[in-house]
Amino acid sequence: MLNEWFPNVKWDSMWEATMETLYMTAISVLATFILGAILGLLLFLTSKGNIWENAAINKVISAFVNIFRSIPFIILIVLLIPFTKFLLGTMIGEDAALPALIIGAAPFYARMVEIGLREIDKGVIEAAKSMGAKTSTIIWKVLLPESMPALVSGITVTAIALVGYTAMAGVIGAGGLGNLAYLEGFQRSRSDVTLMATVIILIIVFIIQFIGDIITTKLDKR
Amino acid sequence: MISIKDVQKIFSSKKGQVKAVDNVNLEVKEGEIFGVIGYSGAGKSTLIRMLNGLELPTHGSVTVAGNEVSKIKGSKLRKARQEISMIFQHFNLLWSRTVRENIAFPLEIAGVSRQERLKRVDELIKLVGLEGREDAYPSQLSGGQKQRVGIARALANNPKVLLCDEATSALDPQTTDSILELLVDINERLGLTIVLITHEMHVIRKICHRVAVMEGGRIVEIGPVLDVFRNPKAVITKRFVQQVTEPEETKETIDHLVDLYPKGKVVQLGFVGESAEQPLITNLIRNFQVTVNILQGKISQTQNGSYGTLFIHVDGEAEEVAKAIEFIHSQQVGVEVISNA
Repeated sequence: MLNEWFPNVKWDSMWEATMETLYMTAISVLATFILGAILGLLLFLTSKGNIWENAAINKVISAFVNIFRSIPFIILIVLLIPFTKFLLGTMIGEDAALPALIIGAAPFYARMVEIGLREIDKGVIEAAKSMGAKTSTIIWKVLLPESMPALVSGITVTAIALVGYTAMAGVIGAGGLGNLAYLEGFQRSRSDVTLMATVIILIIVFIIQFIGDIITTKLDKR
Repeated sequence: MISIKDVQKIFSSKKGQVKAVDNVNLEVKEGEIFGVIGYSGAGKSTLIRMLNGLELPTHGSVTVAGNEVSKIKGSKLRKARQEISMIFQHFNLLWSRTVRENIAFPLEIAGVSRQERLKRVDELIKLVGLEGREDAYPSQLSGGQKQRVGIARALANNPKVLLCDEATSALDPQTTDSILELLVDINERLGLTIVLITHEMHVIRKICHRVAVMEGGRIVEIGPVLDVFRNPKAVITKRFVQQVTEPEETKETIDHLVDLYPKGKVVQLGFVGESAEQPLITNLIRNFQVTVNILQGKISQTQNGSYGTLFIHVDGEAEEVAKAIEFIHSQQVGVEVISNA
């Protein structure tokens, strides 16, 4: 029946494209989580009234984050072509999409991390200080665990945005479902291929949201 | 144990400078429960935060348990803080940790091994009476239970000093009393020095040995709690003492009574310690030709003795009334004639 409705869909290449999309999403989500958390922590810690209060550093990071958050992703990919070539020696394939995906998403996530950290009760940080905690202890045992639900729901939103970004990256040759939908579907006027790729992307998005929600609820003991 | 010398704290903002703490000198002895009372903005929060280095004085020095907290930095300060723990008005527990894990937190900071942590946490849970709630999260606890976790957490590293920052202000009166009893118990059992700040005279009366009254960043009155109760000097101190000795509606009631008994005198008596136990009224009626009408009375217990107030109406021949009042004076009882109607 599926073959009747989707006569032009080659299932093995569809499967391969799905795997490419998942690969790009997984790696970029992981890297975004780490890089975004570091940037977010720096933004929070260097802001006024916090442990590493430093207006200059805060402004520099803030400017960096704002600039890369504001550039439309499709333009960012093009801007980063020299950088990617320098890093990987090629512009084709899933790996080539990663630098742009990570640099595009990490600043976005960093802001969410910062917001999550701001929501932590200042009193709890003060309590940890009053117990003689080092800054590293405060980061690992207070800031990160206490903001974890916000960090997880933030990375869920970011991951979904990243699925969309991988599709865009696909258009300029990075592979994945976006690439397939564009080349096989749009350019050859096979709308069933485009539709199927869309359906799979939707399923991926729903699954990410579902998992994110479950983890957030489980973590939140407030 | 604690010595505060010529301490000043100035906050500068765009609007100008604010002297939060102004020229404060204070000594707290080992094993003492010392209270600081004041309205919000009096500087008491800033003062207590200087005792563990959360705030640094602009001037002067703060020494706690042999460490000059206002001077040391880095790992020395962190080490010192393990001996000066603190409990908070809003408890400041980690919601992501269970009761057991919250209490273990300061032990983790101090680098205590896992096995010893578990043992110590169990002891502490028993000490503060939280058996059976070890695996609950803070959100599942009542305010009083949360403060018990806060206290257990504060005691984990066997501190020498416990700082209480409005520790009972978010609790209802009954829970407040049970937490105060726990603090007295800890003070007696462990010999812990306790410094607490509050705006409730009730808290001072109930557990403190000595009290300092703060207003506008300065200490306006300081002394043993009973002395301050018996003989408050500053206006603000009198107001705080009234919080405890007089129910809210006392003034209205007395005004009403003065109107009601145009003859004779309405007298306020203040009893301290042993004098509270003498049969004063009986002696009064037996020895003088007066009638005595008891209007209102109250006895309050403090850590260094009891303090009572009694409002009576004395009626009779003017001469006899005067003699009777003189007699009361001779009995080491505070007398204040409210009004001659």
